[in-house]
Amino acid sequence: MQIDLRTVAIRPKRQTFSHIARRQGQDKAASRYQEATLDLQPTANFHYRPYWAPQFEIFDSRRTQIVMKDWYSFKDPRQFYYGTYTMARARQQDAAESAFEFVEDRGLIALLPESCREQALQVLLPLRHLEWGGNMNNTYICAYGYGTAITQAAMFHAMDRLGIAQYLTRIGLTLSGPEALDTAKTAWLEQAEWQELRRYVEDTFVLDDWFELLIAQNAVLDGLLYPLVYEAFDDAINLQGGTAISMLTQFMRDWKTETNKWLDATLKTAAAESPDNAAQLAQWVAHWQQRAQVALAPVAQLALPETGAAVLEEIAQEFSARMQKLGVRAAQTEGVAA
Amino acid sequence: MDMKTSGRKLGLKEKYAHMTRGLGWETTYQPMDKVFPYDKMEGIKIHDWEKWEDPFRLTMDAYWKYQSEKERKLYAIIDAFAQNNGHLNVTDARYINALKLFITGVSPLEYMAHRGFAHTGRQLRGVGPRVACQMQAIDEIRHVQTQIHTISNYNKFYNGMHDFRHMHDRVWYLSVPKSFFDDAISAGPFEFMVAIGFSFEYVLTNLLFVPFMSGAAFNGDMGTVTFGFSAQSDEARHMTLGLEVIKFLLEQDPDNLPIVQKWIDKWTWRGVRMLTLVAMMMDYMLPKRVMSWREAWDIYFEQNAGALFKDLARYGITMPKCVETAIKEKDHISHQAWATFYQYGAAAAFHTWMPTPEEMDWLSSKYPDSFDRYYRPRFEYWREQEAAGNRFYNKTLPMLCQTCQIPMLFTEPDDPTKIAYRETTYKGEKYHFCSDHCQHIFEDESEKYMQSWLPVHQIYQGNCFPEGVDPTAPDFDPLAAVLQWYHIQFGADNLSFEGSEDQKNFEQWRGMATQNV
Amino acid sequence: MSKVFIALQTNDDTRPIIEAILADNPHAELNEAPAMVKIDAEGSLTIHRNSIEELLGRDFNLQELHLHLITLSGNIDETDDEFTLSWAN
Repeated sequence: MQIDLRTVAIRPKRQTFSHIARRQGQDKAASRYQEATLDLQPTANFHYRPYWAPQFEIFDSRRTQIVMKDWYSFKDPRQFYYGTYTMARARQQDAAESAFEFVEDRGLIALLPESCREQALQVLLPLRHLEWGGNMNNTYICAYGYGTAITQAAMFHAMDRLGIAQYLTRIGLTLSGPEALDTAKTAWLEQAEWQELRRYVEDTFVLDDWFELLIAQNAVLDGLLYPLVYEAFDDAINLQGGTAISMLTQFMRDWKTETNKWLDATLKTAAAESPDNAAQLAQWVAHWQQRAQVALAPVAQLALPETGAAVLEEIAQEFSARMQKLGVRAAQTEGVAA
Repeated sequence: MDMKTSGRKLGLKEKYAHMTRGLGWETTYQPMDKVFPYDKMEGIKIHDWEKWEDPFRLTMDAYWKYQSEKERKLYAIIDAFAQNNGHLNVTDARYINALKLFITGVSPLEYMAHRGFAHTGRQLRGVGPRVACQMQAIDEIRHVQTQIHTISNYNKFYNGMHDFRHMHDRVWYLSVPKSFFDDAISAGPFEFMVAIGFSFEYVLTNLLFVPFMSGAAFNGDMGTVTFGFSAQSDEARHMTLGLEVIKFLLEQDPDNLPIVQKWIDKWTWRGVRMLTLVAMMMDYMLPKRVMSWREAWDIYFEQNAGALFKDLARYGITMPKCVETAIKEKDHISHQAWATFYQYGAAAAFHTWMPTPEEMDWLSSKYPDSFDRYYRPRFEYWREQEAAGNRFYNKTLPMLCQTCQIPMLFTEPDDPTKIAYRETTYKGEKYHFCSDHCQHIFEDESEKYMQSWLPVHQIYQGNCFPEGVDPTAPDFDPLAAVLQWYHIQFGADNLSFEGSEDQKNFEQWRGMATQNV
Repeated sequence: MSKVFIALQTNDDTRPIIEAILADNPHAELNEAPAMVKIDAEGSLTIHRNSIEELLGRDFNLQELHLHLITLSGNIDETDDEFTLSWAN
């Protein structure tokens, strides 16, 4: 039957679900992000210990050194739940698609200086594998992390990394062809310039602590690599007449700006929770930043033969300043073991 | 999304191969077995991960495009539903109780599927299956979130849904679905894939979503039918993943066959038992019925799963033995389950009722061999008693099956007048079961199932009362304390539909909406 | 021979798709249910991109089927031009 749609003043019995009302009061309506996120992960009365990790419950806050009173203190400033996430990415993918079509249809690749094309293949294509590593690590964070606020964002991040790996693949196919993918993989596996970076990535694959992994991958490695490759190297390519390539990496630049908002909010919240957290984060950042700078030095050289070292140093300083600003530092007054 | 390489257009298969294959590599700075520590623990042998075929071949650009389009459509309907008091369009307020069972019992499972596929999406060594698992992981969070957003509209007006997360981890009957998924996720990664990807998605999801969602449409619930069908469009991919994983495992090594067969046997039965709740929803909770549970079972299990097992016969897979029992039970389980919930209606977060005389006639016609003979007399008696003001509530606590955690409500496969009991002794303790199959599952993995968090045992052990209450106090009311701990509000969330706040409000609001006041 | 099937939502977008499937698969039978149709076919069922495009009057990507799909049964083989469901026995 069809009901007359004239407004019927029916007063709702309640504004939202009880678990959300307990957090913010009975009378406040909740956003879709809140209803989709808060307290969604089970925390109690698990039936069986996992065969694959019997020392833990199925979800277990002891899987990281970071300690939080409330794991839903973490908030994604983008307010991404699945719907808002996919709609945001679909818009970006539309723009990326147009850029690829424009470059392909106008034959802009043929107009590129050969050195420029060659260098883009050398620097960008092996990064497919790095992105795949980022995908694995963020899937890990989603699987073993604690609290939907952080794990759902990690899952979206993981899929983004797969998307970026596929955009890089497509750049390789556009600039050259399938054999360029094989060449790049061989470089990733064998070429000296990539080995320290690959070692870094493989070492993150065996980290147990998912929050350390978030630091090692998303904060430190990406925090240094993205400005190096998608900004500094991009500028250099542009100067050599490689604007077409720049068009094809716009997604990555926009994505990094956007996801930094989430990362920064996450680190800030974790660090502000306790001096112990801040010190632990600072220790992880120090350890992985030192390694990442070693790993990226040859890549910086490859991307920017003249200025690579200086640019990387500058990026590292900016990165350290960013971490300081987020409160990721050991407490000054009490001696926290590093 | 046409794509060219050096001027030549790539086909779907070729494009997908480039886009995913080769992304992974053999690690050398860390051993592969340390990077992927879990995919050999179950004895499954994989020789060539590249043989994995992903039939849908979705790249992320296509994924974002199509999924966002589905989301836009769905949320437009959810908004319209809220703006227009769509909840008043449902056939009658009894229907809403099916949604209560759905959000407390099913939606939290979607979340578990999300995390479980993230786990396999990290741990499997091959790139192809890992990507497929990850896509399912992100789809599953879609499902739980769209369900919450749709049912959020109902929650604003009706009882029983308000604390679904809290209830799922505590309430006695919700331990049935919870333990099902905890069982799957705590198993090894391949068993999880077979349990969820195959037995649950391929063999059983159709029985949950298709007739039930078609039923939602039939009962005027535009919001639910939309999320249901929209979710199903992803399920088609998930079912395919479930089928692919089985074929892949069987093709990789003949030694995988007995392992896979054992999982199929176990998970078919675990799924069949959980579907008891769905059977009851279909036969008793939808005021307008599309088809009976038995008809849905015939189409989606006997015909469809039958076709599947015939197809898999080429690998040596046989139909699980438990199917014989399930077929014998198909005329009974929905009635037995509803009778149980009716009796324990004081301890459930939804309302129960006895079918009307017309509904009983419908049940007779759909279950000619069982309803009139075994169930109608009892139901008519309860109906009369309720009308006379003697609504029957059972105040004892039922014994639960150690494996499926359902109360002992099922009868012997060959004698519908006799409750089936099985028991076994393990390490000096007695364990009870509803069936041979649940007993076998326990005996095969006793160390696992002895851990079960059985709600009734937990109540007896005093673990289900609010903090600070004194169970030794003279005026202590254990049932009231348990309900408090469950967050079930007495008189609002539980008891009979007749006389409930939901019933009164729905009538009053619908009156306001259809008449000039 | 076992039956394969595909179920689609009923809406304006699927009308030509359903029409094309039935025209290309004379052995298929249409079963209508509230808000959906289920198409069953002995052995196999093939959906051709061309046939849908002819009825639609525009380009159609077979992956667009995902938007309307409710369920299916059978082994899947998908190319740019065809989407096939089949059982081996």
